[in-house]
Amino acid sequence: MNEPYGWWLPINISANGAPIDQLITTLHWFMVLLFTGWGIFYLYCLFRFRARPGHQADATPKHFRLPTYLEVGVAIFEVFLLVFISYPIWSKVKNEMPSDEEALVVRVTAEQFAWNIHYPGKDGIFGQTSPDLISPEDNNPIGLDRENDPNAKDDIISINVMHFPVNKKVKVYLSSKDVIHSFGIPVMRVKQDAIPGTVVPVWFEANKTGKFEIMCAQLCGVGHTRMRGEIHVDTDEEFQKWLQDEAQYLEEYSDAGQREDENDV
Amino acid sequence: MSSHHEEGFIRKYIFSTDHKVIGIQYGLGAMFFLLMGFGLMLMMRWQIAFPGKSIPIIGKFLTQDGILSPELYNQFGAMHGTIMVFLGVVPMAVGAFGNYLLPLQVGAQDMAFPKLNMASFWVFFVGGLVMLYSFLLPGGAAQSGWTSYPPLSNIAPAGQTAWLIGMVFLITSSLLGSVNIIVTAVQLRVPGLSFFRLPFLVWAQLVTSFLLLLAFPPLEAAGVLQLMDRVFGTSFFMPSGLVVSGQALEVAGGGNPLLWQHLFWFLAHPEVYVLILPALGIVAEIVVTNTRKPLYGYNTAVYAIVFLGFMSFIVWAHHMFMTGMGTAMSAFFQATTMIISIPSVIVLTVLLLTLWGASIRFTVPMLFALAFLPMFAIGGLTGLPLGLTASDIYLHDTYYVIGHFHYVVAPGTLMALMGGVYHWYPKVTGRMFNKTLGKLHFWGTLIGMNGIFAPMFFIGMAGVSRRLYDSTIYEMARSVQPLNVIMTYSSWLLAAAQVLFLINIFASLRKPKEAAADNPWEATTLEWAAPTPPLPHQNFAEPLEAYRGPYEYNTTSREFAPSTYRRPKPCQR
Repeated sequence: MNEPYGWWLPINISANGAPIDQLITTLHWFMVLLFTGWGIFYLYCLFRFRARPGHQADATPKHFRLPTYLEVGVAIFEVFLLVFISYPIWSKVKNEMPSDEEALVVRVTAEQFAWNIHYPGKDGIFGQTSPDLISPEDNNPIGLDRENDPNAKDDIISINVMHFPVNKKVKVYLSSKDVIHSFGIPVMRVKQDAIPGTVVPVWFEANKTGKFEIMCAQLCGVGHTRMRGEIHVDTDEEFQKWLQDEAQYLEEYSDAGQREDENDV
Repeated sequence: MSSHHEEGFIRKYIFSTDHKVIGIQYGLGAMFFLLMGFGLMLMMRWQIAFPGKSIPIIGKFLTQDGILSPELYNQFGAMHGTIMVFLGVVPMAVGAFGNYLLPLQVGAQDMAFPKLNMASFWVFFVGGLVMLYSFLLPGGAAQSGWTSYPPLSNIAPAGQTAWLIGMVFLITSSLLGSVNIIVTAVQLRVPGLSFFRLPFLVWAQLVTSFLLLLAFPPLEAAGVLQLMDRVFGTSFFMPSGLVVSGQALEVAGGGNPLLWQHLFWFLAHPEVYVLILPALGIVAEIVVTNTRKPLYGYNTAVYAIVFLGFMSFIVWAHHMFMTGMGTAMSAFFQATTMIISIPSVIVLTVLLLTLWGASIRFTVPMLFALAFLPMFAIGGLTGLPLGLTASDIYLHDTYYVIGHFHYVVAPGTLMALMGGVYHWYPKVTGRMFNKTLGKLHFWGTLIGMNGIFAPMFFIGMAGVSRRLYDSTIYEMARSVQPLNVIMTYSSWLLAAAQVLFLINIFASLRKPKEAAADNPWEATTLEWAAPTPPLPHQNFAEPLEAYRGPYEYNTTSREFAPSTYRRPKPCQR
């Protein structure tokens, strides 16, 4: 594919995306095959058994064996898809979650209508957050306790733009402040609902650099369509530089709290 | 039972206990709501295809600049789903077809509980009024999708409260109706009409009614819980620590929003089969009548839909694969979802194989029934990648899902219902519709619907989320935007075809009555043995008895042998 986006699956930049794409493609070939075979038989019946003078319906009871075999065949194929393809992929997604040590850990907190992306900063420890401290006026969208918690001082918060390095596992702890959102990155073949009151881990690994889109997949209110985020898949150097820039920015503006990343969409 | 005195206008046509009048009331009400739900979508489709352009002609009645606002878009979206499912298809399929045909098909004089039947319609009527009224509330109608997921629905404007109250009425109406159908089908069959001599439509309605009876109460309970969350400040679905637009919500907290989803889908998955089973029944009746041979594998089909009914209760969580479900639970629900595809395929195969060896009459209802088969097949097949979690990761909540379920209920169920209207129109009215107009309506509907729903698969495959007010702000959605324009033009074609439908069924009433309308299709089931239209509160001129199965076409020396036909006994000595 030369164009990243067309009328079929978009470009895949995920290290885990290929089996999902293969499954979707296989299924569609299977569906086309079944439907074409079915359709030919259907049209043939409509033509051959049309009412016409001298033609009478044949109502003698018949038993066709072929449909039974076909149906059993389809059922076996479904079992195969389930046991050998779908279960293993889902198990990889859910059970082979990288540990916090081996992955880049990021917290994503969704809100109406933005993605708050929270990095632990240099110390690698997330600062305390509390709903009571959430204040859009003070540029504190997730209620980070920069005053009292030393771990929070160097935390980086980016709104709607998520930077991460290529070829490294990224683990996102996903939650929501208000309503249910869904964190969808189509090019990454990732989707997970962000549910208030729960934190769900999601992980992925990009194998291409570039800028791509995050799309909210669950109706979250009037601004659902505007809930567009971006992922910036950087090289390792670019990512480190970005972290440094952010840290420097935080120091310069430490009195004013954290910066608001203006990302006009 | 027969009326000893003439009923006044109000008792006869408004507060009637006659199942036929109630069926027609349901039919007209459902038709109004179906057109309304379609109208809402026409306006949404304009915005999707031409974002930010004012809607011609009607736009200026909606907003000042004539552009559909995001608030209205979400209201129309939520109400389109609600209206189509709960006020359109269910009242049409179960309320109208079930009410009108089921007593006739089992040879009964009326429903088992005529007053309950009347109550069912009027409760539905109140529910519909509440839903309509909700558009006039400050903040407008419900706007959290027809699924009404909390917390979004809990913090939505007053329209959501009206939605919940309306739903409680609609659910109550369906419960009353389903009890009636079950008792009528079981108790009021004429002598000789054993369970395996019932027309397939009666079986379909029976299974449907059990689904309604058992699946609706959890949603009614959930609706009351959400109502309490909204009105009395409880927190069944509200977790602690919610902050909306920078303001902490003053709720007790401690609830769980996923609880709603479980309760909702515990109804709403069986509901899908409530939408499709009566359609399968109608299609079976039309196909059998117009192929002039019995249904291939009648018993198998009956067992299949009964099994389908049971299975439909244990697949609901496949709507929730992306909520953070682990491997064990998703493995179970994927497996049940694959299993439930088997009985659906069996019924479709039964209908397809009935065509073999037939003598197919391409009447107008038959065209609709025949088109239903491939449309339902597409709807079913595209469920496969959604039922497997691995492919669902990508396709969940995209346009692909919308394409999938619309193929099941629009070119599927709705076309079956239209076919059903044509098929029984002569029995209900004593007139024949205009066949040319009927064929034009058919082709317009078939092409229009496919023009709307087929492109959805490609848009979904491109990864575009559903329920977006303006998808063109996404770079990845721009490549498929031309498809949205095609879909919008197709929706106008579909609208034009429905105008022909309305003209046909209402203008044909002005024709003189035809005697031939008694049994114009030479059909065998009991409703065709009744006078046209069937007598009020009595249906049949004389008590009936059934002597044979429902579909005896070309099985005897006669071309068709109605259930009531008794082979003449050899002469008495």
